[in-house]
Amino acid sequence: MVSEEVSKLLERHEGKQGALISILEEIQARYSYLPQELLREVAVQSGRSLTDVYGVATFYKAFSLQPRGKHLISVCLGTACHVRGGPAIADELEKQLGIKAGQTTPDREFTLESVNCLGACALGPVVVVDGHYFSNVKSSQVKEILEKSKKGLDIVEIDTDERIFPIEVSCARCNHSLMDSEHQIDGHPSIRVTVSFGQRHGWMCISSLWGSYNVTSKHEIPYETIVNFFCPHCHAELIGGASCSECNAPMVPMVIRGGGVVQLCSRRGCKNHILDLGGTVFE
Amino acid sequence: MVTLTINGLQVSVEEGTTLLEAAKFLNFPIPTLCHMEGLSPYGACRLCVVEIGEGPRSRLVTSCTYPAEEGLVVRTTSKRVDRARRMVIELLLGTCPQSKIIQDIASKYNVRQQRFRQEYDDCILCGLCVRMCAEQMMAKAIGFRGRGETRSIGTPFDVKSDVCRLCGGCIYVCPACQLRCTYNQPEKAVCGGCANIAAPCLKKPEFEDMMCYMDPCVACEIKKD
Repeated sequence: MVSEEVSKLLERHEGKQGALISILEEIQARYSYLPQELLREVAVQSGRSLTDVYGVATFYKAFSLQPRGKHLISVCLGTACHVRGGPAIADELEKQLGIKAGQTTPDREFTLESVNCLGACALGPVVVVDGHYFSNVKSSQVKEILEKSKKGLDIVEIDTDERIFPIEVSCARCNHSLMDSEHQIDGHPSIRVTVSFGQRHGWMCISSLWGSYNVTSKHEIPYETIVNFFCPHCHAELIGGASCSECNAPMVPMVIRGGGVVQLCSRRGCKNHILDLGGTVFE
Repeated sequence: MVTLTINGLQVSVEEGTTLLEAAKFLNFPIPTLCHMEGLSPYGACRLCVVEIGEGPRSRLVTSCTYPAEEGLVVRTTSKRVDRARRMVIELLLGTCPQSKIIQDIASKYNVRQQRFRQEYDDCILCGLCVRMCAEQMMAKAIGFRGRGETRSIGTPFDVKSDVCRLCGGCIYVCPACQLRCTYNQPEKAVCGGCANIAAPCLKKPEFEDMMCYMDPCVACEIKKD
């Protein structure tokens, strides 16, 4: 099981000398730490010595050999954050979580670590939870931050968040609208396309909200699968020349009513998409 | 061929020769600790510093890693070099005061003062054992781990390595633990250096089957106090 997983991983990085860090990063992203057996397997399968792999894994602070909690809290103790009261925040976090910096709570919920600078000195003292920045943190806010993190910070409020807006798209070939007002996702008409993957073929509805990744489909699409998109009206495949900058899967172009093109990555789970409004490009 | 000047003497050496080798050719003594023939140069101990260039643009480089350049002016024992070297010796002595090799170098350079707290560490991170294991023994059983303050040498995960053949090469080249194996009477030494199979940097309790024959171990005893 482990060996299959590693060989799959190595296949993607095959032949690249400097790929070790990327490989370890991917393992870390999946398990949130580097399990010993996986490190050994990486060494065996990539032909590197275990000593080298272990050396790299222990050198970088981003890698951890101990299991980490679900949420990673980094509290900045750099110079600017330090003078603005970073240590008090760190103390408060330690007190509330009952652990020291560098440790994980027994329920595997939080890992607390101190960092030396996050490059956001003007916002200090800074606390980062799972990639979300909290600026000008006061000790009294610590409890709130922890509660919010437990609920999950990736949940966006669709009604109030102004970064989210609905788009209307049509097929690039027949110019027929792809909007389906009968099947609503997030309270807005969804984008209906036909998809096929493997032997399966069926409809899929994508949320038309820019910034929402909600999708429903006839068949459950496994993660990491690359899906072929078809227009439900002219049955032409929706395909452009571009490929995803993150995972290299083909991008799917759709024309936006009012001008412009939106491109989605065809890999399930990859959130890369490009909005091209003729001149200005949002990613 | 490259021609350079060492301490005022001109010497022609082949391209790619290091300053250390060129100086050796002229018989100028340069102390070394982490340098060993047959192993790649590493420049870790900084003992072999020499001054290159002239006037305000002169600078200190490690001669074991610096390749000879055309027209380079090298001084192996200038005042600046001497000061830097003595400082290096003092620092090494602070880390491993029990090492016979370091003590010898210190006495040779008349370092009689110890301004740093003595640590009685087992390792000066010179990397000799790591290179020995990788380049001569082709095993790569030990390597550097971590970084900064917590950098150390040892096997991955601190458990017995699958590729270690217990050759003892790492112990043989170690400048820090020599006294540990031979005490102060190398000629009467029981183990000859290699009987102590556990690398000094490996954690002892996990290596009960590979124990240190120097009993009591000088470094360990001093550390206890």
